[in-house]
Amino acid sequence: MTIYAAPGTPEALVTFKSRYEHWIGGEWVRPVKGQYFEDISPVTGKPFAEVARGTAEDIDAALDAAHKAAPAWGKTTGTERAAVLNKIADVIEANLELLAVAETWDNGKPIREPLNADLPLAADHFRYFASVIRAQEGEFTELDGDTVAYHYAEPLGVVGQIIPWNFPILMATWKLAPALAGGNTIVLKPAEQTPVSILVLIELIGDILPPGVLNIVNGFGLEAGKPLASSPRIRKIAFTGETTTGRLILQYASANLIPSTVELGGKSPNIFFEDVADKNDAFYDKAQEGFVLFAFNQGEVCTCPSRSLIQKPIYDTFLSDALDRTKKAIQGNPLDTATQVGAQASNDQLEKILSYIDIGKQEGARLLLGGERVDLGGDLTDGFYVAPTIFEGQNSMRIFQEEIFGPVVAVTSFDDYADAIAKANDTLYGLGAGVWSRNGNLAYRAGRDIKAGRVWINNYHAYPAGAAFGGYKSSGIGRENSKLALDHYQQTKNLLVSYSETALGFF
Amino acid sequence: MIDAAVVIDGESQSRVALTDASIDLLHLLWGKYGPLMFHQSGGCCDGSSPMCYPAGDFITSDADVLLGRFDIAAPGDPGTPGTPGTPGTPGQPIDFWMSREQFAYWSHTHLTVDVVPGRGSGFSVEGPEGLRFLIRSRLMDDAQPFR
Repeated sequence: MTIYAAPGTPEALVTFKSRYEHWIGGEWVRPVKGQYFEDISPVTGKPFAEVARGTAEDIDAALDAAHKAAPAWGKTTGTERAAVLNKIADVIEANLELLAVAETWDNGKPIREPLNADLPLAADHFRYFASVIRAQEGEFTELDGDTVAYHYAEPLGVVGQIIPWNFPILMATWKLAPALAGGNTIVLKPAEQTPVSILVLIELIGDILPPGVLNIVNGFGLEAGKPLASSPRIRKIAFTGETTTGRLILQYASANLIPSTVELGGKSPNIFFEDVADKNDAFYDKAQEGFVLFAFNQGEVCTCPSRSLIQKPIYDTFLSDALDRTKKAIQGNPLDTATQVGAQASNDQLEKILSYIDIGKQEGARLLLGGERVDLGGDLTDGFYVAPTIFEGQNSMRIFQEEIFGPVVAVTSFDDYADAIAKANDTLYGLGAGVWSRNGNLAYRAGRDIKAGRVWINNYHAYPAGAAFGGYKSSGIGRENSKLALDHYQQTKNLLVSYSETALGFF
Repeated sequence: MIDAAVVIDGESQSRVALTDASIDLLHLLWGKYGPLMFHQSGGCCDGSSPMCYPAGDFITSDADVLLGRFDIAAPGDPGTPGTPGTPGTPGQPIDFWMSREQFAYWSHTHLTVDVVPGRGSGFSVEGPEGLRFLIRSRLMDDAQPFR
């Protein structure tokens, strides 16, 4: 067990600057309007750094830098770009603990997660796209003896990316790695709840990328995100967030006739068929853990398994075991490697979760565990902590239908296969789902029948770089991870070449 | 508190309300951005929150339902000069919208727009104020709790 020293104390691995500027054209640039906002650590509820509050003028400066860098970066070979991505991965790996402390302080997540998940995944993600771009081949078709269609993948140019606060560095990586691999230059707008950890990473990797290839402008959605998303100077806009902003971004993209990929969340079902309880063995233990994964990252995951559907014959025993398992989850100082549940990312997130717990009770859902804010005392007393919460109710209740984005699971039962699939699909969303069964045929069919982009079978919350991730239904458009993501950052150039000296004969 | 006017055909109860803190904040925002609208979001991150935009910025369609219309002008106040609301409508009207598919799951609940300290709000206009609109819910009078 290790407790990392809090930033601001002598032994801390990371020393935050008192003020962070924008990263534009390979240097730190003051905001044009000279305004800053405070970054609050959810661990303590206290501000710890000032961050540049970007406006349309700063977005324009970043776009200038990106446009200046785009022609040369777009002409680099895949080999050169892969070398850059691999170097970034090496730096992340070499600075794992420092970055983990920064991520935990910015976001509130328990440090075992960035140490073992967020950051190793981020490093691997850069390496994955380094490999993908090196292995990418153009295509050609011999249309007839003298005519050949050549297909080349070309960069889009300058792209805009707006990322969320739940995995600040990893979600940036999901968007940056394919965009850089594809030869694009980028203006990135981090979430205003977690603006700093990505800048700590930039301090480490800034000199690896040519100036202007990656530009970061912080600020509020209205003041910095909107000018970026609506700019006629980007060739693509990528966004992760919620449905209303997603629609607004698609609206801006339509005005500029550019493509947009949007990932907008979910309300993922986690289905436990009765045969999981056939034996009390390692698989049963794994399935139990699969239930408790609703509390992973404090539930702040777009694919949080926030609806548990348990088959009736095992409902009481499975749920009772799951309650015991959840009660053992250790909530505490996020900088302690023993901590399993940390802080919610912001005060308004905390308030929103509590408002959902309230409506859950009003709708008649039964509160089986948690349901309140937690005061951890000492320096953590003002941090944003919510106890892991289990509700029992019906799928039509709002706590079953809306993404609470907190450590809250809504549990109900189902009769048979048809009932399980009907309940799983009775949602606006289709991002993730879990299926647990010892019967491979049953699990396969369920996986195919659930309308979601990612169905985990006999596991949950794994995010390997090689597996496509994205939504069905109102969960969004496009895929991240896997080589499919590269398609969203490249154009197809077709050269249609005639090797014949013979005229067509039309004129 | 202000209750929204009933705008759904055949309904007699207001579905949305504003707390006093929301009304104060909306007055401030109206002064900065002119006429305003709400669209209730769903989904991830800053989702499930009411997003407040300059009126017309978010394009609504048949895919949306108008749940109610507030008037935040004080009684007898014709509205803010120079920033008229919807043509022909006196006062300071603010429409509250939600996507139709989301309304199908929310329709049994009454919504009150409140304000909390916070940050991060998509492109919602209150974000830079260090405040965040938040929905508090209760069951509609004619909705039965699920049992």
